[in-house]
Amino acid sequence: MRTPLEELFVKVRNENRAALIAYLPAGFPTLQKCKDAIATLAAAGVDAIEIGFPYSDPVMDGATIQEAADISLKGGTGAVEVLETLKFAHEVGLPAVVMTYWNPIERYGVDAFAKAIVHNGGSGVITPDLTIEESSQWKRSTTEAGLNTIYVLAPSSTQDRIAAVSAECSGFVYAASLMGVTGARATISAGARELVSRIRATSNLPISVGLGVSTRDQARNVAGFADGVIVGSAFIKALLDAKSYEEGLAEISSLARQLAAGVREGR
Amino acid sequence: MGNVEIIGHFGPYGGRFVPEALIGALDELEEAHNSAIHDSAFQSELRNLHLTYTGRPSIITEVKRFAEHAGDARILLKREDLNHTGSHKINNVLGQALLTRRMGKNRIIAETGAGQHGVASATAAALFGLECVVYMGEEDIRRQALNVARMKLLGAEVVPVRTGSRTLKDAINEAMRDWVTNVESTHYLLGTVAGPHPFPTMVRDFQKIIGEEAREQLLELVGRLPDAVLACVGGGSNAIGIFHAFIPDTSVRLIGLEAGGDGIETGRHAATITGGSVGVLHGTRSYVLQDSNGQTIESHSISAGLDYPGVGPEHAYLHDIGRAEYRAINDDEAMEAFSLLSRTEGIIPAIESAHALAGAIRVGKELGPDAILLVNLSGRGDKDVETAADYFKIEL
Repeated sequence: MRTPLEELFVKVRNENRAALIAYLPAGFPTLQKCKDAIATLAAAGVDAIEIGFPYSDPVMDGATIQEAADISLKGGTGAVEVLETLKFAHEVGLPAVVMTYWNPIERYGVDAFAKAIVHNGGSGVITPDLTIEESSQWKRSTTEAGLNTIYVLAPSSTQDRIAAVSAECSGFVYAASLMGVTGARATISAGARELVSRIRATSNLPISVGLGVSTRDQARNVAGFADGVIVGSAFIKALLDAKSYEEGLAEISSLARQLAAGVREGR
Repeated sequence: MGNVEIIGHFGPYGGRFVPEALIGALDELEEAHNSAIHDSAFQSELRNLHLTYTGRPSIITEVKRFAEHAGDARILLKREDLNHTGSHKINNVLGQALLTRRMGKNRIIAETGAGQHGVASATAAALFGLECVVYMGEEDIRRQALNVARMKLLGAEVVPVRTGSRTLKDAINEAMRDWVTNVESTHYLLGTVAGPHPFPTMVRDFQKIIGEEAREQLLELVGRLPDAVLACVGGGSNAIGIFHAFIPDTSVRLIGLEAGGDGIETGRHAATITGGSVGVLHGTRSYVLQDSNGQTIESHSISAGLDYPGVGPEHAYLHDIGRAEYRAINDDEAMEAFSLLSRTEGIIPAIESAHALAGAIRVGKELGPDAILLVNLSGRGDKDVETAADYFKIEL
């Protein structure tokens, strides 16, 4: 049986376009406002959502997501809130995954976490700091639960490593566009296209590109060679910079429409 | 890849929990370290540096007047405080600096808490002509102003870290972010036996010289092995360094002293093994101070060098198998030992090392006058003068 995430990639392939995937940390800026933002993004053409589990030591994240995670953690966000947000995203009709550093999963209980994700309508989990060598228990639990496991590959990954890691992925393979942390960049590095083609050489899974994408032009560019375009920091920055909450929602709605147009123009 | 799973672990601890972007660099480092171990030219260069630059072997000092306050046990200090730059940190730094050159990289980054590792890294960078950036929590910069000045004089850039608790944990986060971004040119010169494989093994290999020397020195000086070896434990590099040679000697108790801060019961401490639980932090599985959601809890200690909510995975393993024991020493107890060693022996210890001295007072009283205790005096206290003056209300 396909997860909603897998269904999405079949659908966008048929429509000959890339999927637009948004990232927001649960509980940012509050539990309810995060839900409002998710509903806004869904209405504006976002195809799927990654719900971030805010973490105290996010070594893969740049300043923008760190700030959002801090705000969320100060508001008391934990596993309960992450799962509630996931459930909400599912209910508004978005294929949804959780993106989390490994320790919160281990603390919750690996098996219990996988089951809770499924129970709340999640399609899978992205684990940016879980190496495949450490993932044997995770693999058992997610297989049993029927969850997609998404690992992140980097431009520095060797071809052997790309083959080994993408073999452990399901749903899609996450290609980091550059060597660095999350955050908007002026240009998308040439390394992204090269990494995607190196993954294609070994895997039939859809490939989504994240890190640094923030504009319609960049979305169009990435949609030319990838199956999914992931945007996180740009939405968060719009919410952080807005003078009011309503203005923030209007900003991310307009950005999502631009990006949704971009992912349809790439081919 | 397959053998990493076995080699990089200590029982269930250790491993690699890192972004995929770093796997290549960790593999490269592991390979460089493995080949250097068997390369006699590398080993002789490192030995020569220790002989002519570090000032090794470090001496052993028996502290009889201090021991009068510790049940009259015989207490012998391994004087890592007399190393160039003032602590054991130089042992690891020179080894990794040589590896940096071996890998053809020209830039090192480091995290520092007390500043000892930062100073040692800046020193090695000056010696080898490497660019050096040190990440340091804003709170620690305030506590360790002298070491900040030293790093700058040595030509390093000191970057204040303003996220989270603004201490060592956050400095490591920032260094990891730098490394992910600049991994091609840069070696992350991690200062302790934590982090992803191969760091816990590699740093131990560069620090184990402490115990190897001390074991020989003690056999010569007192004619037998000590009853206990004591060292303070933050990340745990000086402790592993002095413990390692004694692990096969099962008659020797290995005792790690963690920072109890205001007391374990207050929750304001840095005693990770005594008061923490199993988790993953900074790329390795070990004991961690964390809440029910797996969020790291901020640690507290008067000693910046022990103020870390994690601990090296080999310590977690030694604890679980019962080969080493770990106890907590509160701020007040450490400062009492700090003052006592200063006044009875004319040696001002680092506040970190004062935790080991406080442990020796306790264990000496438990074991009595027949006992021989070996204590790692891992660093000197110059950097702590301001903190100590403040604590003892001495006007400067």
